[in-house]
Amino acid sequence: MDQGKQISSVAKVPTGITGFDAIANGGLPALRTTLVAGTAGSAKTLFACQFLAEGILQFGETGVFVTFEESPTDIRRNTLGFNWDIETWEAEGKWVFVDASIQHGDQEIAAIGHYDLGALLARIEHAINRVDAKRVSLDSLGAIFSRFHDSNLIRSELLRIAVTLKRRQVTTVMTAERNREYGDIARYGVEEFVSDNVVILRNVLEEEKRRRTIEVLKFRGAYHQKGEYPLTILPGQGVTVIPLSAIELRQRSSEVRISSGVEQIDDMCGGGFFRDSIILVSGATGTGKTLIVTHFLSGGAAADERCMVFAFEESREQLFRNASGWGIDFAEMERDGRLMVVCNYPEVMGLEDHLVSMRAAINTFRPNRVAIDSLSALERISTVRGFREFVISLTSFIKHQEIAGLFTSTTPTLLGGTSVTEAHISTITDSIILLRYAEIDGEMRRGMTVLKMRGSSHDKNIREFTIDQHGMHIGEPFRNVSGILAGNPTMSAGEEPGSKPARILE
Amino acid sequence: MPKYSLKLYVIGRSPRSQLAIANLEALMRAIGGEGHDHEVVDILENPELAEQERLLATPTLIKAAPGPSVRVIGDLSDTKAVAEALGLELAAGHGRG
Repeated sequence: MDQGKQISSVAKVPTGITGFDAIANGGLPALRTTLVAGTAGSAKTLFACQFLAEGILQFGETGVFVTFEESPTDIRRNTLGFNWDIETWEAEGKWVFVDASIQHGDQEIAAIGHYDLGALLARIEHAINRVDAKRVSLDSLGAIFSRFHDSNLIRSELLRIAVTLKRRQVTTVMTAERNREYGDIARYGVEEFVSDNVVILRNVLEEEKRRRTIEVLKFRGAYHQKGEYPLTILPGQGVTVIPLSAIELRQRSSEVRISSGVEQIDDMCGGGFFRDSIILVSGATGTGKTLIVTHFLSGGAAADERCMVFAFEESREQLFRNASGWGIDFAEMERDGRLMVVCNYPEVMGLEDHLVSMRAAINTFRPNRVAIDSLSALERISTVRGFREFVISLTSFIKHQEIAGLFTSTTPTLLGGTSVTEAHISTITDSIILLRYAEIDGEMRRGMTVLKMRGSSHDKNIREFTIDQHGMHIGEPFRNVSGILAGNPTMSAGEEPGSKPARILE
Repeated sequence: MPKYSLKLYVIGRSPRSQLAIANLEALMRAIGGEGHDHEVVDILENPELAEQERLLATPTLIKAAPGPSVRVIGDLSDTKAVAEALGLELAAGHGRG
């Protein structure tokens, strides 16, 4: 528990910039300064503007924009194309400019004796007070260095400003110039005083094409995605970051089939699961999801594969007891190095931290198949959006390893229904298996159907199944019963469900 | 002899502010004569004045009149250099030692 809290001690502020928060694992480190560095034309100013604009539009957070380079007039005009009405926001007290730009006619100012940037700091603080700002952007630092000769002094003064902003409980973006796309972080040694959090914007000429990318270089004490991600600038939207996970999901899947551990389920899926596919098993509590996971793992172990399960609902002891109740020996599988069981309570840490620790565990154990029981247990520790991003990242990571992932999802009602999990990840998964209770003739029976099997034909029937000390047994399709999936089974007149006459129809 | 109007912007009563104020007094004595006007503005008390003048550095001394506004920054430790930068005429006897 303590460890979990420690890891997630750096809170994040979602920028609201599409895709950025996904690669930044939630956003910018809250109440800290992030240096956004880039060459000329790399969209630094746009990023700084958008940080404030999305704060206003999406989160109701006010902002202060300190401009050293472009005049407020230019910025207002240049951002109209993104549908940001800065002038109105200024009138409404949501956006304040601190104009530190060089105006036409400004002469070089002589320095006689010692000075500091106290006036600038006082103006920034005054602006923060005026609108109770939560976000501050400073764009861009290079321009202020060019106006004062003493670079060391400016560096230490900017550090003082960063410290003051932290104390004022605002989250800050400072932009800075770079000379080259790959090299020093920024000119004037700016990174020496705001080095904790660095984002790099690039605008590279690659194969005769301009390619914009964004990279979170570091967030001290907080997680983020590594590497460069494509970035585009869209009219009416501004900067949009494209998380690679979304692209990877569209990649062609493997044709290699693996066993689910239950022969009949393999048959229903048209010959087993695909090796690098994501399978969602949905059902109410007690329908047999954990059993399917258990079969999935033992089937893998039987094929000499390495299997891994992340359990968020049951303890290790419980899982092992369940498995042995179905005639499967998890302890032996673990001794043989074919199984690794990781049990955790969802609440021990944030979702990003779960993702990071799960990735690390997968990287260490290098399994051939991974099960998560249940995914829906993680729903409750995150926002819907955060959860979806978690699932996208995890899914793409698992697929990237060319391993099979089986996720379970618990539906909130006993009969029929779907969970939030399903609603948000069904499009991401390759296969969906539904487990449902069906009340027929005063008896609770279980039904299973393969709802979706991407890239393959599959059995469309709803089959009855039973569970005993040997595990799962799949029988005949329900006949003359409809409405099982909806949780409202009704029988056709004169026929018994699953009776012999029904099979004549086959 | 022109009548000068000078405004010194400082932050609070820090040693640097005190020094700049003392140096401004020395500058006024060096200018000598009658009818000049000088004022010390504490930005902490009047931040909107710093905003109006678009100040970045403190201390800043602005010659508001006569003629176009001219400014210098720093603690004004060199009276002659300040006078030169702002185009102020010093009384005879000053500026040579």
